Amino acid sequence: MSLAHRIIPCLDTDGERVVKGVNFAGLRHAGDPVALAARYNAEGADELVVLDIAASRDRRPTFLETIRRVAAELAIPLTAGGGIRTLEDGRAVVRAGADKVTVNTAAVERPELISELSREFGAQAVVVAIDAKRARDHWDVMVRGGRESASLDAIEWARHAVACGAGEILLTSVDRDGTQSGFDVSLTAAVSKAVTVPVIASGGARSPGHFVEIFEKGFADAALAASIFHDGVQSIRTLKEYLAARAVEVRLPC
Amino acid sequence: MKVTILDYGAGNVPSVERALQRLGAESLRTDSPKEISKAEALLLPGVGHYAALVRALDEKQLRASLVDAIHRGVPFLGICLGLQVLFKSSEEAPRLQGLNLLPGIVSALPPGVKLPHMGWNQINAKRDLPLLAGIDAGAHFYFAHSFAALDSNEAAATCSHGADFAAVIERKNIHAVQFHPEKSGDSGARVLQNFLRLAA
Repeated sequence: MSLAHRIIPCLDTDGERVVKGVNFAGLRHAGDPVALAARYNAEGADELVVLDIAASRDRRPTFLETIRRVAAELAIPLTAGGGIRTLEDGRAVVRAGADKVTVNTAAVERPELISELSREFGAQAVVVAIDAKRARDHWDVMVRGGRESASLDAIEWARHAVACGAGEILLTSVDRDGTQSGFDVSLTAAVSKAVTVPVIASGGARSPGHFVEIFEKGFADAALAASIFHDGVQSIRTLKEYLAARAVEVRLPC
Repeated sequence: MKVTILDYGAGNVPSVERALQRLGAESLRTDSPKEISKAEALLLPGVGHYAALVRALDEKQLRASLVDAIHRGVPFLGICLGLQVLFKSSEEAPRLQGLNLLPGIVSALPPGVKLPHMGWNQINAKRDLPLLAGIDAGAHFYFAHSFAALDSNEAAATCSHGADFAAVIERKNIHAVQFHPEKSGDSGARVLQNFLRLAA
């Protein structure tokens, strides 16, 4: 009897429709967020993440409406983010129905944002997303959708984010994202050992074996993927059955 | 029967409301002592910091009517912080007083495990519990917390994350769960349905 490893589908949206990039570029449309949310909820997803990767100010009301419609479909937790720059942005997302708020670039620029959100909603509601890219002898934190280096060490930043009040780290390997060549095990293991909060591994998933590997060797508490679920390459139900058969603790849907 | 939801501004009120709606139950959100005194069944959701809940109960003057209703035997369901506040106090905000309806205090989960305790875990019921009727013994429930009622004699079911803690409390008309039934898929819906049946 122990805490189950979570499988988390992610909906990258342009505010309204689900898109997914390969190496953070070349976006293509993959579907309706509300329909996908309902499908994942029924298939046994443990949580859902919805991101506004365009995050333009004038489209914000559209994204909040998307959160409301997605939340209405779910009996599992919902994390939302993308373009969260202020406490007020966080409040809007929570009011729309998200259980957790995820922050990335704005938290790097102003780490107090993490403390502000954590004080208001509790650490369990604050997910700091870190996009990490392998450099010569460390992992570099990337911001603005993975395009710019923040000149920060990813492990140091993860520790600092937790000290500021993050309750969870959503760790994406920029090198692996969209490649379907497997999660970055060494990155995930290094961050997971460095922090006291749960770590969600992201970027590079394709086969069920990739998930076994990230839980057993990468010490991930949860694993996130997008296109393999959207495209039907992998169903959440069969993935969980595969994991359970290999003695990985998961929650099997009824 | 209508469920009166104490709305002190907790983030999970809308999802609790939706979960009840899906079960066909009528609910009313309120922060008025008068409505609480009239309630047929009470639900106290909660998530976040213990201090936020206790301060809201006092600022909105809900404490007396809530304790009164529970003493009168009105069916009560506490969720997450709504369980923790039943005890005398919590290490999360040691100077604040809980409702003191149950003996003991709420403590921090021990270090050495990932905290918050976040995600789906199984629970261990000590006897047949009305709140868990019809739910498989191996079912998972969604937890998101760093504090808990450790080693409590009040626990009707326990969960373990670094230490054993109360996952379910059932004492007369007081029902409480440390997990979030409104976020726990079908098993969670069943818990809410069982509460509705008990309260009817």
